[in-house]
Amino acid sequence: MSLETFSAPRSGAKSRTNFEMLSWLFMRISGVVLVFLVLGHLLIMNILDGGVQRINFGFVAGRWASPFWQIWDLLQLWLAIIHGTNGLRTIIADYAPQKPGRQVRFWLQTVLMISAVFVLFAGTLVIFTFDPTIG
Amino acid sequence: MASGTLYRGREGMWSWVAHRITGVAVYLFLLVHVLDTALVRVDPNLYDTVIASYKTPIVNLLEVGLVAAVLYHALNGIRIILVDFWSKGPRYQRAMLWVVMAIWLVLMVPGAFFMLRHTVEKMLGA
Ligand code: HEM
Repeated sequence: MSLETFSAPRSGAKSRTNFEMLSWLFMRISGVVLVFLVLGHLLIMNILDGGVQRINFGFVAGRWASPFWQIWDLLQLWLAIIHGTNGLRTIIADYAPQKPGRQVRFWLQTVLMISAVFVLFAGTLVIFTFDPTIG
Repeated sequence: MASGTLYRGREGMWSWVAHRITGVAVYLFLLVHVLDTALVRVDPNLYDTVIASYKTPIVNLLEVGLVAAVLYHALNGIRIILVDFWSKGPRYQRAMLWVVMAIWLVLMVPGAFFMLRHTVEKMLGA
């Protein structure tokens, strides 16, 4: 077989590699930020000052009266969902077989992305439209 | 190598398995947790009712498990980042796993104490 019979690299290959590199980098950068946000969140909500026992609607209203906690929670929501969703995307790609005719992997990835977008949308909406006077 | 491979069946593999399992478990909880918190936008009483279930003994115990999982994932995540970016990271990856487990234990003991204190006191009728 002569060398000429090899096909040239497909144009898609390069951008795919670049995306996976950015995804790898994002997992690490978001991880560092999440250490502070998530461990801080768990410390405040579950350990300090009575922990989960003191949480109710009034407690949430008190926290979200401050832009500081609103921004904390918003950043935490977005980073954790994108980090976790990207992690699950990798795991599905590792285990779900990609057999011709059976599209298990495609459907798992689709369900994952729809759930992630839905939860991100719901969470963001709640932080922005929270009303301490309802009910 | 006589003992087989450097990775399979050794700490390097198990720390990765645990990182994966804790990542998935925390993610699934996160999806539920954003939705239960979203109830503050629907009805304060409904929110309080659902949050009351977080204060029951069994769910309280599950919360200790959640914190344990997040804490392991966070500490081991820092270890992974150091292996990737710190020039001496790969050389110390094994030592760093022991450091991760030591810090995990030192933080989990008082953490679990404060998380379970109220539940235990109530069960003992204090
Ligand atoms: C608290 C700080 C956190 C740190 C430092 C951290 C760090 C990391 C790192 C370094 C990876 C490896 C990525 C790779 O191998 O390319 C990773 C994977 C992952 N993380 Fe996190 N993470 C954190 C929080 C979270 C949270 C809150 C979730 C869930 C919402 C999560 C879910 C996952 C998942 C599902 C994976 C994929 C595991 C795998 O591919 O085996 N992580 N994390």
